[in-house]
Amino acid sequence: MVAERTLPTSEAEDLIALVREIARDELAPKAAEHEEREVFPRDAFRLLGRTGLLGLPYPERFGGGEQPYEVYLQALEEVASAWMSVGVGVSVHVMSCYALANHGTDEQRDRWLPDMLAGDLLGAYALSEVQAGSDAAALATRAVRDGADYVLTGTKAWISHAGHADFYTLMARTSDAGARGISCFLVPGDTPGLTAGAPERKMGLTGSTTAQLHLTDARVSAQRRIGAEGQGLALALSSLDSGRLGIAACAVGLAQAALDEAVAYAKQRTQFGRPIIDFQGLEFLLADMAAAVDSARATYLDAARRRDRGLPFRRQAATAKLIATDAAMKVTTDAVQVLGGAGYTRDFPVERYLREAKVTQIFEGTNQIQRLVIARELRRA
Amino acid sequence: MNIVVLVKLVPDTYSERKLSDTDHTLDRDSADAVLDEINERAVEEALQLKEAHGGEVTALCVGPDRAVDAVRKALQMGADKAVHVSDAALHGSDVITTAKVLAKAVGTIDGVDLVIAGNEASDGRAGAVPAILAELLGLPQLTHANKVTVEGDTITVERATDDGVLHLQATLPALVSVSEKINEPRYPSFKGIMAAKKKPITTLTVADLGLDPAGVGLSGAWTAVLEAAPKPPRTAGERVEDNGDGGTKIAEYLVGQKLI
Repeated sequence: MVAERTLPTSEAEDLIALVREIARDELAPKAAEHEEREVFPRDAFRLLGRTGLLGLPYPERFGGGEQPYEVYLQALEEVASAWMSVGVGVSVHVMSCYALANHGTDEQRDRWLPDMLAGDLLGAYALSEVQAGSDAAALATRAVRDGADYVLTGTKAWISHAGHADFYTLMARTSDAGARGISCFLVPGDTPGLTAGAPERKMGLTGSTTAQLHLTDARVSAQRRIGAEGQGLALALSSLDSGRLGIAACAVGLAQAALDEAVAYAKQRTQFGRPIIDFQGLEFLLADMAAAVDSARATYLDAARRRDRGLPFRRQAATAKLIATDAAMKVTTDAVQVLGGAGYTRDFPVERYLREAKVTQIFEGTNQIQRLVIARELRRA
Repeated sequence: MNIVVLVKLVPDTYSERKLSDTDHTLDRDSADAVLDEINERAVEEALQLKEAHGGEVTALCVGPDRAVDAVRKALQMGADKAVHVSDAALHGSDVITTAKVLAKAVGTIDGVDLVIAGNEASDGRAGAVPAILAELLGLPQLTHANKVTVEGDTITVERATDDGVLHLQATLPALVSVSEKINEPRYPSFKGIMAAKKKPITTLTVADLGLDPAGVGLSGAWTAVLEAAPKPPRTAGERVEDNGDGGTKIAEYLVGQKLI
């Protein structure tokens, strides 16, 4: 079943129709094989880039689509529904452009942003380190000023697209002033001294490469520092509010795919002489899955519409990420249940969906951190 | 080079397609409608020729109001403008009437060097409109093209047949119909979607083209569908037990079905 959407404009409807066509004809048919073989689909991103889907929420004057988050996120959801690794990749790319687009100088934006949004380039976001996950302020990678450059040394961890990315939006320490000693850099992917480690052997999203990023005396021009020295963490965290909405949309897309698969199977699988969808035990399971998908979508769209209107949305974004990813975990688990033994095999996609869902509760801020953000906002109110 | 490319809105081959109970014409409400894939290839070929030789691409469509979706898709892909003939009187038109209307509509466009069509629509599947249109326009017809080359005012196409590859050549202006092997159509870009909103679409009626509304449509058709039945549901098939002679049994089955 195609997700029913309310979209604000006719161009948004045309955009979603285009994304669905590409998702159906170009992404979905390749997903299972790439995930099985653990091959990063760089070409898929090139196609999406050419189509303009890697710069949707950014201003037209830099080559973006200037679409509200309400529209961008629904397009992203359609991509993730066909292929979660690619959906997450689009979300990562969009987030990696955020710092420059929102905090760069005009000169920096004119110089680099159009190429980043035009589609040939793929970005990555490098905040986490082995000892700095939820406690991002504990990061230890150093950036030491040396003339017109900074010299970067250290190891970033859990970097999506590591080794494939053309640029990294990377947070590194420029002083020992704790959370206020971190700065943000736009690091070219071919910087000497920058290398990617061996890909992590993950449970899911196996088509998306995740690896450590090693920096050994990597020289980055001071012109590539985004924002002032010491602003890096604030800047990284503000982009996370938007990034969380991306992950929420991806999670809903994944849950929708699992629901669709479960409904289709329940209609054609017969036991005791009837399609199993006619048994109330299954019917109620499927109804709960559909309710979880619909409510998760409504939750992220509410946060997106607040963002589009310039209203504060930090709490709503954390709520959307929490609700949508928990929904994805539940719906994908139940989809395996609907397919029974078949669902537990790799001949059907639902066991992969389940494995892919798990990480959404972990990355872009664990769901425990989302609760912390929500509670902090409550305290502040 | 000014190119006119014919586009048609057809029911999506992914959805179930039906004829209406009353007059056996296409039940347009029963299925999602899309620009016919063969037309996407025709548009792609037109755009490639334009990119190589300059000029302008005009998408031409005959179909009900909602067929503007097919026109818009062509504009999103990169066509420059469009002509859409929409008239309730055209409901049920046969291939001859359709070609007559198309011929008149091509006549409204100045300096046409080339008309490109798909070789056969995925709904009616008559595959006759390009040839009839060429006759009506007095243009050489180079149909079922797998490859199109234009040099100066000479157009050459390759047509693959069971007996080998035919090379057809003519002087422009001409009409080409393309096969599904000719190219891989591009996707529109989001910029294309936005740009298409500003591209002109001229909407014409039968009367605008100087044709008599009474002479078109179902009543003016030379052909009539007398009866239609849905295709029978797929049966379970036949299971062949392979006791070392599986290949022979499959061959016997295929011979029985006159497939080999």
